[in-house]
Parts: sequence; structure tokens; C-alpha cells
Amino acid sequence: MAKDPIAPEIVEGMKEKKELAPENGRPLLGRVTRRSFLSHIGAASIAASTPVLASVSSHAPPVIEEAPSTDGIEGAVPVTLRINGKEHNLKLDPRTTLLDCLRENLNMPGTKKGCDHGQCGACTVHVNGRRVNSCLSFAIMHSMDEITTIEGIGQPDHLHPMQAAFIEHDGYQCGYCTSGQIMSAVALLKEPVGPTDEDVKQAMYGNICRCGAYPNIIAAVQSTRKQA
Amino acid sequence: MDTFQFSRPTTVDQAVQLGSTSSTAQQAAEVRFVAGGTTLIDLMKLNVERPKQIVDINVLPLDKIETAPDGGLIIGALARNSDVAHNSTVQRVYPVLSQALLSGASPQLRNMATTGGNLLQRTRCVYFRDTAHACNKREPGTGCSAIDGHNRMLAILGTSKDCIATNPSDQNVALTALEATIQVQGKKGKRSMPIHEFYLLPGSTPNRETVLEPGDVIVSVTLPPPVAGAKSLYLKLRDRAAYEFALASAAVVLKLNGNKIDYARIALGGVGTRPWRSLEAERALKGSSINATTFRRAAEEALRDARPASENGFKVELAKRCIVRALTMSTVA
Repeated sequence: MAKDPIAPEIVEGMKEKKELAPENGRPLLGRVTRRSFLSHIGAASIAASTPVLASVSSHAPPVIEEAPSTDGIEGAVPVTLRINGKEHNLKLDPRTTLLDCLRENLNMPGTKKGCDHGQCGACTVHVNGRRVNSCLSFAIMHSMDEITTIEGIGQPDHLHPMQAAFIEHDGYQCGYCTSGQIMSAVALLKEPVGPTDEDVKQAMYGNICRCGAYPNIIAAVQSTRKQA
Repeated sequence: MDTFQFSRPTTVDQAVQLGSTSSTAQQAAEVRFVAGGTTLIDLMKLNVERPKQIVDINVLPLDKIETAPDGGLIIGALARNSDVAHNSTVQRVYPVLSQALLSGASPQLRNMATTGGNLLQRTRCVYFRDTAHACNKREPGTGCSAIDGHNRMLAILGTSKDCIATNPSDQNVALTALEATIQVQGKKGKRSMPIHEFYLLPGSTPNRETVLEPGDVIVSVTLPPPVAGAKSLYLKLRDRAAYEFALASAAVVLKLNGNKIDYARIALGGVGTRPWRSLEAERALKGSSINATTFRRAAEEALRDARPASENGFKVELAKRCIVRALTMSTVA
């Protein structure tokens, strides 16, 4: 199986937290992502409020949170998931939703958790080409499925036309619902959706945007459909 | 959420066997089948359902939509709501079913939810969904918080002193008007029942919603051959135009002979404790002329036994107008 550069040794590395080790001679600390930055801020605030622990941990090497250990969890089951064309061998608590698996076990935070009850659409991914709410599905139910997330739709240097259209038409404000909106919008390109803006509204109502960027989202979807 | 054992049978027989170890197939079943998961996993997150074993039936070969030998339609229990809604036969011959499905949930949920799962969709009563409150459906004998609580969305037909929870499904209202039958495979083999015998009234046991027993697997839903010359439609009234449960809805199948009504089937959603077939309205329509007086009389008949609670009295008139409107729409050429 090909190793996933984002989440190496998910299974093997689950027993212990991994130290930040230089990779290709470059320290990982130098590669600050928004996620790692936020988790370090969190660690710092905890340290500030617990001085005893802080004095101990200040000498310990910094650690990176990888996939949480499931070895100690009773009933953890092995599962292989195929996501964005890559296979991942995992051991999961059966309660893990597909959404939580993507975000917490596979470090793919592009898929967002909103309501966690299938009402907001922020967690939309494609399963076998069809859009679904990943919060209402257990990951272990998907061992035979082809899963596509926002990370598999396009990348900053080669955006999917729908992603480019969302930027072009300013289809967001805060951006939290955006990956779900784009996953829905990409899926509807292959669905029986009529030509009008009203048809697009109907096809997109499973994705809530509390900033209210709807007119721009519809514009982005329509411009992509015209290109296609 | 409580943890659970997970299994994935490859035959219906295996699924029946696994399900049979549960003491009930109703509320609080120890073994639950999962298909789309859109109801079950939601309720598990709320600790309303706490199964010890989950049986994933998604690999069973039950997802076909096929013409029946008698000219009807056999819909596999695992056929997704979106596949049924967009099936060309359903759209052409049973439009009420397609319209009902497309009026419910969201595109994502319809890609997940199945025909069999939708039959077992649970109420949206907020007290059922919140374990901090008393609920006879969730925990028999604890009382009903809804009767004197926030009951605006709840039922006015088929209620009891122990439960006024609404059946939330749109699909099942259409299937009721179409007189669907449900095929079940269980411990004692296969059996089939008309949809109006599938659902139980709450009475003093609202925790029992259907006739299903441990091990029973819904394998298909069969629609009878279409009534030649009949029209059908689904009208759903709700607080917003999309992505909302019905306050009142009507599924209508109507056949005219000139100016007279030859055949009528009426089912209501959003107002009943189960998908609500109105034989009274059907009797009032059959043989009558198509006009506003006939439609209003049928609507009055349908709601004659309505018993609203403190906040949902408006549903009585709303449901009547829903019926009149649906009948009017289905008689317009």
C-alpha cells in the first residue's frame, strides 16, 4: 500500500505520540499549518493555566498530535478506507463517523463538522460519486467505497473549476461551510438539475450558509455549469 | 454514544439470524440494522437509541427497482430515496411518490436514506429526541412531555393520552395513498402486508410503532399496477419552502369519469401518529362531482376525529385546506 504523506503510519504510529523529527533535514516545526498552529496555541493556554505541568513540559520535546490511539479502546476494528484514490489501513472505534475519521484519524480537516446531525451539510463528501453527509455514517460501513473529500477535488495549484468559481464569485464569507458547498456543487453537475437559479437553490438546500452567501454561491455554481 | 459490535452479513438469512437475537425490533432494540443510517446514527448520538449490535445490511442485494409480473413496481428495501425519486417509471406512473421523496430531507440525505429505512423513520418530537424529558415512546411509563409542552409540530389524528408524536415521513404518505404492500423476511420465513397494517397506533404502547418482530428484514415495497387514467400528486405545507418537515401534507390519487370522481385515495402527512389514510374522505369523494363543495366535504370528513393539543389547533384547518388544494390541483387539466 502506498504511504500517505499526510498521515504516515496511522496504524503503526498510534501507540505513542510521535516526536517532532526532522524530515528531509528540515524540522517539522518550520512547517506551520493553521491546524498545527491552533493546536500549539491550545497547548500553550493549557500550560499557562497549569504551572506545575508547564515546568515539566517545558523541558520535554514538543509533540505532534497524530491519530489518537485506538489500541486501548475495546472493540477497535481494522478497516481499510479508500479516500481520494489512496488506501488507508486504520483501526477504529466502531463509533467513529466517517466525518470524525477524516478529521481526527486521517488529519484531513477540509471536511467540516457543523451540526453533526445531518442538517447543515458542512460535512458533505462523495461516496461512490454521490454526495452524502459524512456525519451520519460510520466509517467502518465504507470499506468497499470510493470516498472523495474536498482534498481530492483540487489543490491550490490546480483548483477544480467549481473551487475557482467560488473564489471568482466570492461564494463565502467565513468559509466554514464552503468545502461542503463545493462538494455538493460538484456533485450536482452530474445530477438531474434544471437550468434555472431556482433549480440550483433546490439542489443546494442541504448546505446551510449562516453568512448568507447564497446569491454568490448560486452564481458560482451557474458559471461552472455554463463552462461544463 | 454506547459502543457496539459491528457485523456485515452478505445474505438476508444471515441478517435475519443476527437480528433475531434482539428482544425487540422496536424502541431500544439491542440489535439494529443500519442502511442509510440517517435516522439511526442521529438517534444514537442523542442516546435515544443504544444498540449493542449494529448489523450493516448495505451489501444485501435489495437495491433493485423492477416491474412486477402484474405490472406493478417492486422497490428494493435498499433502493436509495434519490434513486426512487428519479426513477423514470416512478416519475411517469407514480408521480406522487417521486414528489413526496423530493419534498423531504436534502439531496445528501436522499442519497443515503433507503426505502426500507424511510418506512422506519422515527418521529421528530423534540421530547422523544431529548433524554432529559419524559417520553412514553422512548421510555415506556415515564409520561408524555409533549401533551402539555411544545406540541405545535405534533399530531392531531391517531393520538392517545400517552403519545401525540407525528410520523414525519413523506414517502410513507405517498406509499399509503398508492396502497403499497411491504415484504418482510423473518424467522418464520417471508410475509407481506398492506402498508396500512404495518403501522400501529400509539395507544398505551407508543414504543411499538410497527408490526416488525426481532429478525424481520424489510426486503421490498411493492406498488400495485397503476390505476388507468388516474392522476396523483403530493402537496406539502411547511414553515419554509424547503428542507422542513410537513405541518400538513396530502397524497392524492384520483381518477375522473367526466365530471365525476371514479376513484380516490387520500393520505395525510404531518398530522397523524402514522401515515394517515382517510377512508372517510375517499368515501365522500367517490361518485361525487368535482367542485369546491365536494372537496371541502371530503376535507371535513378527513379531520372529523382530529384532537388538537395546546399549540397545534391550526393544523385542523391547515390540513383541510391542504386536502382541498391538492384535490383542486389534481383535477385541473
